[in-house]
Amino acid sequence: MMTDKEWTPKIVAFCCNWCSYGGADTAGMGRFQQPASTRVIRVMCSGRIDPLHVFNAFLEGADAVLVTGCHIGDCHYVNGNEKTEVRYQFLEEMLQQLGLEPDRLHLNWISASEGERFANFIKDVTAKVKELGPSPLKPAGVK
Amino acid sequence: MSKLVGAVAVAGGGVAGIQSAIDLANSGLKVYLIENSTSIGGKMAQLDKTFPTLDCSMCTLSPKLAEVARHPNIELLTYSEITGIEGEAGDFTVKVKKKATFVDPNKCTACGLCVPKCPVKVPDEYNEGGNNRKAIYLAFPQAVPRVYTIDAEKCLYLTKGKCGNCAKACENDAINYDDKGEEIEINVGSVILSTGFEPFDATQLEQYRMDHPDVVTSMQFERQLSSSGPFEGHITLSDGTHPKRIAWIQCIGSRSPEIGRRNCSSVCCMYATKEAMVAMEHDSELETTIFNIDVRAFGKGFEEFYQKAKNEKSVRFINSRPSGVEVDPNTNKLSLKYEGEDGNGTCREEFDMVVLSIGLTPSKSSKQLVDIANVEMDDLGFVKTKIDCPVETTRPGIFVSGAMQAPKDIPDTVADASGAASKASSLLSSERGKLVTEKQYPTEKEITDEIRTGVVVCRCGINIGSIVDVPDVVNYAKDLSGVVFAKEEVYACSSDSLAGIADLVKEHDLNRVVVASCTPRTHEPLFRETLMEAGLNPYMFELANIREHCSWVHQNEKDKATKKAKDIVRMSVSRANLLQPLYKEKVEFNNSGLVIGGGIAGMNATIDIADKGFHVTLVEKSAELGGLLNAYTKLQDGRSTSEVLEPIIGRVRSHDNITLMTDTELVGLEGSMGKFTAHLKKAGVDEEIQCGVAIIATGANELVPEGYFSYGKYPNIVTQSKLEHMIDEGTDAKDIVFIQCAGGRNNERPYCSRACCTVAMKNAIRLKEGDPDRNVYVLYRDIRTFGRWEDLYTQARELGVVFMRYTEDKEPEVGEKSIKMYDSLLNMDFDINYDLLALSAPLVAPETNEGLGSLFKVPLDSNKFFLEAHIKLRPVEFATEGVFLCGTAQAPKLVDEAVSQALAAASRACTILSSDFLETIGNVSVVDPELCIGCGRCTMVCPYKAPELKEVVVETEEITYTTKKCEINPTVCKGCGSCAAECPTGAITSRHYTAPQIMAVIKAYGEGL
Repeated sequence: MMTDKEWTPKIVAFCCNWCSYGGADTAGMGRFQQPASTRVIRVMCSGRIDPLHVFNAFLEGADAVLVTGCHIGDCHYVNGNEKTEVRYQFLEEMLQQLGLEPDRLHLNWISASEGERFANFIKDVTAKVKELGPSPLKPAGVK
Repeated sequence: MSKLVGAVAVAGGGVAGIQSAIDLANSGLKVYLIENSTSIGGKMAQLDKTFPTLDCSMCTLSPKLAEVARHPNIELLTYSEITGIEGEAGDFTVKVKKKATFVDPNKCTACGLCVPKCPVKVPDEYNEGGNNRKAIYLAFPQAVPRVYTIDAEKCLYLTKGKCGNCAKACENDAINYDDKGEEIEINVGSVILSTGFEPFDATQLEQYRMDHPDVVTSMQFERQLSSSGPFEGHITLSDGTHPKRIAWIQCIGSRSPEIGRRNCSSVCCMYATKEAMVAMEHDSELETTIFNIDVRAFGKGFEEFYQKAKNEKSVRFINSRPSGVEVDPNTNKLSLKYEGEDGNGTCREEFDMVVLSIGLTPSKSSKQLVDIANVEMDDLGFVKTKIDCPVETTRPGIFVSGAMQAPKDIPDTVADASGAASKASSLLSSERGKLVTEKQYPTEKEITDEIRTGVVVCRCGINIGSIVDVPDVVNYAKDLSGVVFAKEEVYACSSDSLAGIADLVKEHDLNRVVVASCTPRTHEPLFRETLMEAGLNPYMFELANIREHCSWVHQNEKDKATKKAKDIVRMSVSRANLLQPLYKEKVEFNNSGLVIGGGIAGMNATIDIADKGFHVTLVEKSAELGGLLNAYTKLQDGRSTSEVLEPIIGRVRSHDNITLMTDTELVGLEGSMGKFTAHLKKAGVDEEIQCGVAIIATGANELVPEGYFSYGKYPNIVTQSKLEHMIDEGTDAKDIVFIQCAGGRNNERPYCSRACCTVAMKNAIRLKEGDPDRNVYVLYRDIRTFGRWEDLYTQARELGVVFMRYTEDKEPEVGEKSIKMYDSLLNMDFDINYDLLALSAPLVAPETNEGLGSLFKVPLDSNKFFLEAHIKLRPVEFATEGVFLCGTAQAPKLVDEAVSQALAAASRACTILSSDFLETIGNVSVVDPELCIGCGRCTMVCPYKAPELKEVVVETEEITYTTKKCEINPTVCKGCGSCAAECPTGAITSRHYTAPQIMAVIKAYGEGL
C-alpha cells in the first residue's frame, strides 16, 4: 500500500502531433528525466482538444490536465492553437467555478526541439500538484 | 533531342534540394537526391529560429525531411558525391561515388546502443564544434536517413585495428567494417545544382581574434541559442558564466573587396537582428549591439522586424564596422574600437562576447561540382545566370537554385528550387510517370464487428528492455479487451520483424495492430506500410510510445516505467479497438490553369504551365502585356527591358496551350482546388471559364510620391521610372540628386521596397557614364544593394557618385533650386543645388488586391500585399489549396526574383495538374447533416475554408423548409480537427480522432488509476 507521502499526482497531457508531442519525444532523446506522473494523449492539433475532453480527464481521476501545442505562429495548421487559447480561457473559468485550483490546469506552448522545456514543465506541475493533493473531482476509490 | 529520360539528379540535400526533389517527385518524375554529408537538411537544420517571424527552424523543416524519406519517387543518396556528368539535356549519365558508411542501412534501426560504447570523441560539426560526438554518429536527432555512420578517419578499428565496440554493441549485426562504398552511374534527363554555400572562414582574418574562445561565429552562436545545441539553449562564455553584453560585427567576409569577397551576403543583417532578439528572450537584461555598414532589411517584413528590434527591444545598431577585435593582454577582455555616430569620434567599448556575422561564400564542393557540370561561374564565384532566366545555367538541361546562384535567404532559395524543378519538369514533361512505379498492395480484407487486436511490444535492444519489464507488459496486454495475441520483439522495426508482423496479421486474423515501441512521428509510416502489405487498412494501426515517453525519461524508476508502459499500452489498445478503415478519396478535376496578371511574373508562370502540356488562361486587365516593367527602360545588367519582354510576349501570344485575354477582369470566382469557375468581364461581355488552379500575379505600382520632398510642387522633381525615360531621351541636367525611401519606411508604409536602391545605382551609373562631369548625389538612409548588386554600389562610388546619409527624423528639405540636408555620418549641414531631383518611391500594392483577396478567400498582409501560406517554406502558396502567388503581388522585388517565384508558382501548381485525380487525405472531417444546425462556426475556425454552408431543402412529415447545412470539402481538409472541437452539436466527426476514440483513451486512462 502506498502512503500519502509517496502519492504521485496523476496528470494527463494533451499534445499536438507536430510540436509538443515532438517536444516530449525530444525530452526522451535527450534523456531529460521527469516524474512518471504523466500520460500523453496525442491529437493532430491542439485545436482538436474539446473542453469536454479535459473535463472527462478530471472526472476519470486526473489531478491535473495539460493542454499543449505549438508556439503561436508555428501551428502546422496555420492558427489552430489560437482557437485552443480561446477555448482554454473558457475552460479556466469553468474549472475555477467548479472549485479546482488554477495549478491543476495548464496551457503551454512547446516546440518539437524543446525537450528540456517539456521535462521541466512536467517536473514543475508534478511538484505543484503534489502540494495540492488529490483533485476534488476524483471519483471515490481512486488515488 | 534524341532521347528523354524521366528522371532528375538533384545535387545537394539542403532546403533547396529538398524542395526541388519533392516538386519533381510529385510531378511524376524519378528523383535522385545526392547529398555529400550523412543527412539531408543542410544549413537550415542547424538554425535555431528563422527571421522575421522567429519560427522554430527545425519544426518547419522536419516534416519536409520526413516527406523526402518516405516518398516512393525519391531515391536518397547521402554521403555521396557526383564525380561526372556526361551527355546532354534530356539524357545525362551522372557518376556518383557513395562513400563507405560501415553500417548496413537495411539492418541499422538507429537504436543508438553503439554510441555509448564508442570511446572516440570528435568535435560535433552539427553544433559547430561546441561539443563532441562519437566516431559512430547520427548527424543530428532528426537526421534523414535514420542510419548511423562510422567516421572512417576517427574510428579506432578502421585506423588502428583496435576496439570494435560498436560491432559488439549492435544487436542487429549492422556494423560492417569491410564496407568499401561504391561507384554507381545514374541516367537522368536533367540535373539541378543546389549545393548551397559555405559560411565564410573567419579564422583567416586574424584581426577578428577567432583564437579567443568568446569570439564566435554567427553559426556557432546559432547553435548556442538552440535548445538542442551544446549548452541546451543557454548562451555560455568560456568561463561557464553567461554574457551581459554581446556585440555583433557585420560583413565579415562580405562587402570586403580587399579579401576578394565583394558581394553582400544578403542574410546577415537579418540573422544578426534575429540572434540579438532571441538572445534577449533568453535573458531580458542582456545588452546587444550590432555594428554595421548599412542595415539591409530589404525583404518582406524585414524592415518592420528591424524597427521592432531597434525601438521595442532596444537592440543597439551602430553604423560603423570595427576593423578588429582587441583583447586586453592582462584581463583577456574583449573590446571594440569604432567611429561614433553624429561625429562623436573614435569610441571604445568592452563586450563579454563578440559574434562575427560571417558571410555566405561558394563552397569548395560547389566549385568542384561547377567544374564537373561544366557550367560557367560569375566573377564572384556563383553560378552564372541571366536576370530573366534565374535558374538556367550556361549548359542546357542543367539548372541551379539557392545560394549557389547568389547569397539568398530561405524563401528565395525555396522559390528558386521550385523554379529549377519546374524548368527540369518542362523539359521532361513527356516522360512524366514513366520511370516511377506505383507499389501494388493486396486487396484489403473486410473489417468485421469482431475486434481482433494484436500487440507487439518492442525491446528496442536495451533501450526499452533494460528499463521496462517487457514480458510483464506482454502478459498484461494479453488480458486487455479486444486483444487476441501479444508478443515481444527485439526490434519491431527491423525488416525481419516487419515481415513477422505481416505474418501475424494473417495467422491470427488480426484486424487491428498495436506496436509498443517508439514515437509515431518517425515510425508510424513504416508500420502502416507493413499493414498495407498484410492486406489491412493502414489506419488500423496504433503506436504506443514507450521509449521516448517512458523508458528514456524514467531510467531510474523501473517499476514506475513498467506501470506507465502498461498504461500507455492499455490506452493505445482502447483507441485501436475503435479505429475504422479510412480511404483516400479520388476526385476528378479540371487540369487547366488560370493566371491573373500579365507582367513578367504572370507571363513566365503562364508559359511554364503551358510548356508542361496544360492549358492555361492568362487574364490581363490592361490592353498591354509587360506590367510594371513597361514603366522602366533598362535592367540592372544593362539590357533594355524591351529586349527581355518582347520574346516572352511573343511566346505568350503564339503558344498553343495559352488563351490570352487582355482588357479583361476577374469579377467572380466559385469552387475550390480542382474545380474553380471564374467569371471574367471583357469589354462589358461576361465569360465563364473552368480551371483547377489559379495564380495571382497582379503586381505592384510605383508610388506617386505626392506630398513627399516637394514632389508635384516643382517641375524638375520626378520618380526613378520617369528618370529612366529622361536618360534615354537625353537630359542636360548637371546637378542631379536622388532621395531614397521617398514615401517608404515611414509610418504610412513601414516596409522597405527592396528594389529601389538597385534601381537608383543603375540610373546613377548611367548618368555618370553618359556625362562624367555631372554631379550625382544620392541621399539615403541605408544602401540596400544586396547580394551581387553590391557591385553596382561600388561602381557608382568609383564613378564619383556622392553618397550622403540622412536620418528619418531629419529628412532633407527640398526647395525650388536647392536641398537642405543634414549628413548624419559627418554631423554637418549641407545645401545642395539641383536641377533635377529623382525620388526613389516605393512599390505599393494595387487597390484591387482587397477585392481579389476576398474572391479567392486569401489574406493580405498589413501593407496590402498578398500574404503567403508560410513566409519561409511556402513562399508562393496560399493556405487555401490550389491558389498560388508570385512576383510583386507578394512583395516588392527585382525581376530575377519575380521570375524565380513565377516558375516556382507554376511548379507548385503543376504538381497538382500533373496528377490523374486529386486525392484526399484519409482523416478528413465529415458532417452529419441531421445534427448540423448551420451555425457556421466551423467555417470561421477552418484556415483552409474546407467547411462551407450550403442551402438545403429539408422535408419532414409536417413541413418542408430551406435551411443552411455545412459540408466539408474533403479535397482541401487537412484533418486538424479544429472544426470538430468547435461544433456545438457534435455534428462534425474528425476522422481518426473522433470523440468516441479520444473519450475511450481518457476512460482507459482512468481505469489504471
